[in-house]
Amino acid sequence: MAILRVDGVTKSFHGSKIIEDVSLELREGELVSLLGVSGGGKTTLFNIIAGLSQPEEGKVFLGGSDVTGKPGQISYMLQKDLLLPYRTVEDNVALPLLVKGMKKADARQKVSGYFEKFGLEGTQKKYPSQLSGGMKQRAALLRTYLFSARVALLDEPFSALDMLTKSAIHEWYLQVMEKIRLSTLFVTHDIDEAVLLSDRVCLLTGKPGRITKEIHICEPRPRTKEFALSERFLEYKRQILYYLEDIPPLRGFL
Amino acid sequence: MEAFLLPSPLQVAKSFLTEFPALMSHSLITLSEAFTGLGLGILLGFFMAVIMDRFEILYQAFYPLVILTQTVPTVAIAPLLVLWFGYEMAPKVILIVITTFFPITIGLLTGFRSADPDAVSLLRAMGAGQGQIFLYIKLPGALEQFFSGLRISASYAVVGAVISEWLGGFGGLGVYMTRVKKAFAFDKMFAVIFLVSAISLLLMNGVELLQKLCMPWKRRE
Repeated sequence: MAILRVDGVTKSFHGSKIIEDVSLELREGELVSLLGVSGGGKTTLFNIIAGLSQPEEGKVFLGGSDVTGKPGQISYMLQKDLLLPYRTVEDNVALPLLVKGMKKADARQKVSGYFEKFGLEGTQKKYPSQLSGGMKQRAALLRTYLFSARVALLDEPFSALDMLTKSAIHEWYLQVMEKIRLSTLFVTHDIDEAVLLSDRVCLLTGKPGRITKEIHICEPRPRTKEFALSERFLEYKRQILYYLEDIPPLRGFL
Repeated sequence: MEAFLLPSPLQVAKSFLTEFPALMSHSLITLSEAFTGLGLGILLGFFMAVIMDRFEILYQAFYPLVILTQTVPTVAIAPLLVLWFGYEMAPKVILIVITTFFPITIGLLTGFRSADPDAVSLLRAMGAGQGQIFLYIKLPGALEQFFSGLRISASYAVVGAVISEWLGGFGGLGVYMTRVKKAFAFDKMFAVIFLVSAISLLLMNGVELLQKLCMPWKRRE
């Protein structure tokens, strides 16, 4: 049973279509990556799924009910951590609960239980400027999780990090996700990242953007960094590159 | 030059001490005008900034008017205010409100408008309404600019009170100033000038202290 279903979504800006007839499904506990070049309509699609903008055609269903154009159901996380500099980490993380009307003391009480799980213990009373880039992304991810434990939209969440931090956070991410099994739609332009983290990779290509291929990463979990160095990993990567290169309008990019 | 025209610092210090009780009672009047005016100025400034940020049409309508209030010289409208509102506190407070609301409005508006659109989108995605976006993003994000404005307004408030007292009143440092000037007591004149700038300076430091208290995240950076 799909928890999130995007059904034939089309959206244009200034008369030109950005995405056309995009459909995808996210099952409970699954991580699906949306892979494509920057400016290919990934963020447009995310805004529609988050309910921030209305598609011209198509619908978005969450757990069977229509949430098209209704924000407040699915939270997302961006490349920028967007932690508010004037709130402590715990108050940043508690923000979605406060927005929903929970009292401050109750919200703090609730979030405190998650700090250890997310490897953030001891940062509750700190301000975001006192955290490293990787820790900020963890806090942002915890905030996303607390908003909705059902579905998370992650829009290139780790792409601003340097390579070593990124690699460390991937490892951390795989461990944490093993425990919480959050249904996640993950946007990235990093093929390695997509293969390492996903159950399925959907290629969003062309102009207007369409989902042209879906690749299953049939690799057991828990996954480790070893997988990223294996032959099988390369095989998946080769396959993805092959499909990306096979699409004529993209040839110039690769 | 005659010593009474340009008194030595020692003379000024002496008259400051002998005149201290009088200076203090006049300060009290000036300060109560300055604080009332500044308080109302902050309220007006805040109100203007909020409605101008919220409704684009009000921004378009009020922005030129707000600018216009600052192009009119204070000394030119002060006698008119005295004419209309008498020698009591009212004209002084009005003048101070006119001069102090402006830096507050401009500071807050700049702050509100510089809110990160991505942060606003994120809150909207969480289901936040306009009020919550204001409370969680716009208001705290504008604090720094608000305090910059307040620092300017605080010094304007004291100067504004003194200027409005020049043009008529029963007490206050401005009234005292005109009196000692007419008596050619320039040592006292310097003493009161010194006191006015000391008060302004203290107020500005007070604002800075308040800012530190209100923005603890800046201290730990």
